[in-house]
Amino acid sequence: MVSSFFYLALVLYLIATGGFVVFIIRQEKWVFRISLWFLIAAFAFHTLFLGIRAYGLGTIPVLDLKSAFSFFSWSVVLIYLIFYRKFRLMVLGAFVAPVATLLMVVSSTMRWPETAIGPAFKSAWLVVHIITIFLGDALFAITFIAAVVYLVQERQIKTKRLGSIYRRLPSLATLDSINHYSLIYGFPLLTIGMITGSIYAQLNLGTYWQWDPKEVWSLITWLFYAALLHERLTVGWRGRRAAIMSIICFAVLLFTFIGAGLWMGGYHSFGNLGLRKAL
Amino acid sequence: MSIILNIGMNHQTAPIELRECLASDPMTTKKALATMRDTEEIKEAMFLSTCNRVEALVVAEHMDRAWEIVVNLMGNLGNMGDRSFTDHLYRHEGLQAVRHVFRVASSLDSMVVGEPQILGQIKAAYLEATKEKTSGVIINRLMHRAFHVAKRVRTETGISEAAVSISYAAVELAKKIFHELEGKKALLIGAGEMAELAARHFMANGIRSMAVANRTLERAVEVAQEFGATAVSLQEIPYQLLDVDIVLSSTASSEVVITRDMVKACLRKRRNRPLFFIDIAVPRDIDPRVNELNNVFLFDIDDLKGITESNLEQRRKEAGKAERIVEEEVIKFDRWLKTLAVVPTIVSLREKAEAIIRGELERSSGVLASLSPRQKEAVEILSRSIAEKIINDPILFLKGKADRPTLPTYLDITRKLFNLDENVEKE
Repeated sequence: MVSSFFYLALVLYLIATGGFVVFIIRQEKWVFRISLWFLIAAFAFHTLFLGIRAYGLGTIPVLDLKSAFSFFSWSVVLIYLIFYRKFRLMVLGAFVAPVATLLMVVSSTMRWPETAIGPAFKSAWLVVHIITIFLGDALFAITFIAAVVYLVQERQIKTKRLGSIYRRLPSLATLDSINHYSLIYGFPLLTIGMITGSIYAQLNLGTYWQWDPKEVWSLITWLFYAALLHERLTVGWRGRRAAIMSIICFAVLLFTFIGAGLWMGGYHSFGNLGLRKAL
Repeated sequence: MSIILNIGMNHQTAPIELRECLASDPMTTKKALATMRDTEEIKEAMFLSTCNRVEALVVAEHMDRAWEIVVNLMGNLGNMGDRSFTDHLYRHEGLQAVRHVFRVASSLDSMVVGEPQILGQIKAAYLEATKEKTSGVIINRLMHRAFHVAKRVRTETGISEAAVSISYAAVELAKKIFHELEGKKALLIGAGEMAELAARHFMANGIRSMAVANRTLERAVEVAQEFGATAVSLQEIPYQLLDVDIVLSSTASSEVVITRDMVKACLRKRRNRPLFFIDIAVPRDIDPRVNELNNVFLFDIDDLKGITESNLEQRRKEAGKAERIVEEEVIKFDRWLKTLAVVPTIVSLREKAEAIIRGELERSSGVLASLSPRQKEAVEILSRSIAEKIINDPILFLKGKADRPTLPTYLDITRKLFNLDENVEKE
């Protein structure tokens, strides 16, 4: 029953993605509107699914990699919908929806974990830790997409080869301000996420920091984004350089999320969270 | 049966001297309409006169007589004694005329395909015709359909999407870089006609603040006054670069006016806010290597020409799509024209009545179920005879008008009163 909401959301995401792709080719507004509604419907079912799971578990349902992908997908769509309200960027949907769908597809291929969990996971610190980290990561994912689009667009303008995609992309100023805003909101979220995570670790493991691979890589990611934020705010970086830097930052972030989470072991990795070796 | 006839000349069929003869007097349209209104032969008329085209659209019984009348009219209006100008006229009849009107309204017949002005000119010409009371059922309908076609072509094809003039292309690029031009500042260096035109486009698109630099300050002051801008000297350019966003340059200087170092020096102080340079001068005023700097975009005259040319190419491709839309609409219009005869209207009236009877009997079938077959039959006969009585007078009236010139008007009113065009209208 609960998982049927998950698959319903997945199907709706797939339809929305198809719609957005058609939109970017045909450029007809009604296609976009319908796709957006599919995306919103998918998001609603996804939220319902997460809500029921959270109620059943008694904590935030992001303790295994399957759920992490699904929750990340949800966060990306949430951030896109918020950005859509602010910037009305239709084209971005054509890039965001496939990413969210891909994450859902990856998630759907994984097995459901067993449901019983220890009381250590039922902590408000953990909930805040996970929500802030994921929303921050989702903001950075959208920054990344905007940065790639920026570079494509900038290249076309610089080389004076205005291809067929040119007319469909948003202006450089808009893409750059997405970079700016998502950094300004994403960085504090990431910071809060790391602080609450470390408080949670202190409460449950007795230490704030234990040089776990994921902890270390998170710190590295944080430093990268701190550098980008610094350059933007004090030196006045913008445009191409900021775009390239946010792509690098996101690569580091992805490595932390997937690489450090999967292959490098440690108490923080999803594999070990699922088996509850650490706690 | 009346027929639609279109007679005229455009930029392709007639030289400018000839078109000038007819387009020079602003009262031409009014005079033409007045003459045609007073002519028995011509039932409806419209007259369009722009710098690229002069044409008359008339509805008449006899094509050849209407042709004579219009040609005479044009000859008189343009003071063209001999009839040699008729070689430059085109003549479209019936559906061909409909197609022509749709194509003109959608800017497919324009010198610059896709230019938007023509639609406004047609609307004005139509307004004139309605004021002079020369338009009737057919022209009214034709014009409304033409506006509809033009709108479809504009929204469904990319025909008027891409800029085909250099100033427009520059403004579009600026919007692609800055998103909006409100609050942005421009610097105009030198004063060529083309640069001033481009500056005017920028002002029309939201630029509020502008500075004008020139070799001689007097000339700068002169141009600045024209734009409500401030005048600066060439030596001040490096300082100006600190806070302007768009630079338009077209000096006669043989040397580079803005160097790479000059731009590079200001970037950090500008906190890397984007700078957009448009260099319309030949030889160029701005060092081409400026384009290599981050957040600096340089377009010279050849770049802009390249864009407008590829846009023109794109418009030509989109024109194919537009022609298909026009064909579709011509077919729809033809279907409507054919209903403008007595017999089809009477048939539709009867069909409508029959459909209502059936619908209502269907709706009341629950109540009628308890009646005996004989009673049911009586109800049906009763409803049928009521309906027939109601439409009988309109039918007799229409038949009585069959040979009158006012027939289309009455048919049109009938179709509207009874809403007979439901199916034709659906799209």
